[in-house]
Amino acid sequence: MRIIIIGDGKVGYSLAENLSKEDNDVTVIDKDPEALKKADEYLDVMCIKGNGVSMKVLTEAGIRQCDLLIAATASDEMNMVCCLTGKKLGAKHTIARIRDPEYADELTLLKKELGLDLVFNPERAAAREIARMLRFPKAMNVEIFARGHVEMVEVRVVDSMPIAGKKIKDIFASNASFVLIGAILRNNEVIIPKGDYTIETNDTIFVVGRPSNISSFLNHLGLYSQKVKNVMIVGGGRTPYYLTKSLEESGMRVKLIELDYERCLVLSELLPHSIIIHGDGSDESVLLSENLPDMDAFIALTGRDEDNFMAALLAKQAGVQKVVVKINRLNYINIIKTAGIDSVVNPSLITVNLILRYARGMKNALDNPIEALYRIVDNQAEAVEFSVNEDADYLDIPLKKLKLIDGVLVAVLVRKNKIIIPHGDDVIKLGDRVIVISKNLKVSSLSGIIAPGGISFELQSNR
Amino acid sequence: MNYRAIAKSLGIVVFIEGVCMLPSLLVSLIYRENDAKAFVYSIVITITVGLLLYRIHAKSSNFYTRDGFAVVSLSWILVSFFGSLPFLLSRTIPAPIDAFFESVSGFSTTGATILQEIESLPKGILFWRSFTHWMGGMGVLVLTLAVLPSVGASSFHIMKAEATGPSTEKLVPKLGQSAKILYTIYTVLTAAQVIFLLIAGMPLYDSLIHAFSSGGTGGFSNRNLSVSAYGNVFIEVIITAFVLLFGVNFGLYFQILKGNFRNFYRDEEFRFYIGTVLVSVLIITLQLSAKGIFTFGESLRHSSFQVASIITTTGYVTTDFNLWPALSKCILMILMLIGASAGSTSGGMKCIRILLLFKIARREVAKIIHPRAVHTVKSGGRVVDEDTLSKTLAFFFIHFAILAISVLVVSLDGKDMTSTVTSVIATLSNTGPGLEIVGPTGNFYSFSVLSKLVFSFCMIAGRLELIPMLMIFSPNAWKKGNI
Repeated sequence: MRIIIIGDGKVGYSLAENLSKEDNDVTVIDKDPEALKKADEYLDVMCIKGNGVSMKVLTEAGIRQCDLLIAATASDEMNMVCCLTGKKLGAKHTIARIRDPEYADELTLLKKELGLDLVFNPERAAAREIARMLRFPKAMNVEIFARGHVEMVEVRVVDSMPIAGKKIKDIFASNASFVLIGAILRNNEVIIPKGDYTIETNDTIFVVGRPSNISSFLNHLGLYSQKVKNVMIVGGGRTPYYLTKSLEESGMRVKLIELDYERCLVLSELLPHSIIIHGDGSDESVLLSENLPDMDAFIALTGRDEDNFMAALLAKQAGVQKVVVKINRLNYINIIKTAGIDSVVNPSLITVNLILRYARGMKNALDNPIEALYRIVDNQAEAVEFSVNEDADYLDIPLKKLKLIDGVLVAVLVRKNKIIIPHGDDVIKLGDRVIVISKNLKVSSLSGIIAPGGISFELQSNR
Repeated sequence: MNYRAIAKSLGIVVFIEGVCMLPSLLVSLIYRENDAKAFVYSIVITITVGLLLYRIHAKSSNFYTRDGFAVVSLSWILVSFFGSLPFLLSRTIPAPIDAFFESVSGFSTTGATILQEIESLPKGILFWRSFTHWMGGMGVLVLTLAVLPSVGASSFHIMKAEATGPSTEKLVPKLGQSAKILYTIYTVLTAAQVIFLLIAGMPLYDSLIHAFSSGGTGGFSNRNLSVSAYGNVFIEVIITAFVLLFGVNFGLYFQILKGNFRNFYRDEEFRFYIGTVLVSVLIITLQLSAKGIFTFGESLRHSSFQVASIITTTGYVTTDFNLWPALSKCILMILMLIGASAGSTSGGMKCIRILLLFKIARREVAKIIHPRAVHTVKSGGRVVDEDTLSKTLAFFFIHFAILAISVLVVSLDGKDMTSTVTSVIATLSNTGPGLEIVGPTGNFYSFSVLSKLVFSFCMIAGRLELIPMLMIFSPNAWKKGNI
């Protein structure tokens, strides 16, 4: 696919990195030659210096043959104009980053009038993700599939859990298996486990299943989830605004600490149900005087990674059970996880996942549209949700007879509203949604997971 | 330095070189001469070494600019070494240093030779000699990038180091794809030249040899008298036209394929290149005919062939220009230093650098007249960044510094001044023939081993545009845990 990315910032760069790795022809446009230098040096992409609004520059980048145009410059208005121009010049799909809350309400109109195919708002996406994490405070991370019918939670195994030191098949023998362990992270390496795999202390497991079943599984593990009621947020930017708004709606009490007085005034006008505090969120005395230890959750969302990290450590020390940190630089994530803070949010990673899903979905729009895509730990593994809309040769064959390529697991089948954790005798049917977990692979369609010769001739003729 | 990863990359390059010897083996089998055995041994040795190096497991995948440069310079030395095996094993060139010189001269598309008698050599060996030109012209590593199924982004350092010119741009977003396009254009042009030469009456074998040599702008011929042996005006015109075509930036051909004819003839470097050729042809023709050396028609014929052959640093000869008047010889020497366009297969400093240097000079003068004015140097309507300008200035200095030092070392041999200076210019610019002893009728045989090593260094340094070769002499690049 030919993809043009306008704006070589954090999001632009990591989009270029991931899209070019998936064998797309990527061209990056930016005004700043310094920004382009890194992309030119480390990525297999073409860099063009210039203004992405200019027709000349867009034409030079090959807009006429372009399949996907992504505008991710710092300015919303610029992104809109880029996409408008791009579409007129022949780009097949356009995606714009629009993040000003002022535009958020007019998005439908804007999308229609500008011919945008997708609008992304990293801050809002991050806020949504954090809100989801607060629902399972004991899990490190929660991802949703099948419009919320299926969830995947990330849990770190500790000694006290009954599953530590057991084989997977033994765990589920005693405990009717409505959930599935889709992946295990051990020593920074992802493993797609089989039944005879032993779970050890300090593993991070990824559990997939229906939300209610996951809750009972977590209860079984001893992770009784107390409902989060009191939340403290440090920082007053766009993410905290979106987050506070959605937390307010779900009935939580939010205390928001912001350094800038003017911004506090604006926030107190926009968020009348929350307490806005003017103060330095990385100052221990401010946090303690605002009853940090009584909070159920603490979320650090300032613009500086270091401040967020320090504030999070303070909160952890004060005994807050759920601590979430926003980190902009991806390479900090592992260091932060070693320091004991489990829930890390990276807005650009969320955005990249969203757009990768869209781009990969474009490639096989007719075959199996991709409904959801999440990536686990440094992109080592990913969970992808496909829907089966077309007849294919792998349908209606028991899974045990299908030979899959290595490192791939069919985790869940969603048939109408029924959630099936598949066993060897289950089959994939037309109209199903299939969640696949794969390691080190870029799966872009269901037929891609069947090993060559995976369907024997005999089976095909039987159908 | 990531030594293991470097060794692995070198293995791939050496392996591909071994595969590239197969056509020469085929030729020697067809002509049933005694060189087939030499090729079989060379291929076995080269491929084995390549595979052994490739089997080295790289512990870390970190690959930085310095590693890329090391791969480029080391693989050129290695490739030249393995390229000399057929000469050595077939006993056509018994002395190792001579064989190495000949191989370097082939890959660096210089075309300087230590052979005094060419026509008696086996056909397979002569084919290999020209084929090294063709591989070296566009680049052995670019060939590697073109044939490898997947190349990492870090390989761009390699392409930058090997491709000619101050700034390398990809033609399309994917590096491997860009390399494939370059080689496709290159192959099509070479094939076209073979067809034209066949039509003009050259035998197939000779056509292939001359097309490969013109393609890489090298200059090896299979005849002692080079192109003048045929005495055929058509052949000379075809070679003139094609070497000039091979001296054009290949990126411009890609523009034509995309339908951008404007970009082609509006390109500043292209205009400068063609302008230099026309002016030089005009002056030399007038001088030759005025002095009565040739008739006007003959003057035009020889001057245009010689100018095209020298500016593209090919080095074919149709007449002994050593006998020409001083002005004409000086023009040829200056053309040798300039070379053709960036992104072509030619050597020398490249037209774009000379153009930029002129613009820098003009800016310096303008700064005196309007001290407060802000001047940017533009090329093709685009601002050239200061980094490129300072690199160009540094390149110019390094070029002459290497030239001066090499002249001093070679002068130890005690040859005459003109021979000493022009031999170094001819090798550093990858042209081949110089004047006097190394002139069109001479060769490099009589120089000492030390001089031949210096020439070999100059040829590779000239082909890789100096910096990669200088880097491998920097101790800091090799120290473990360097800071």
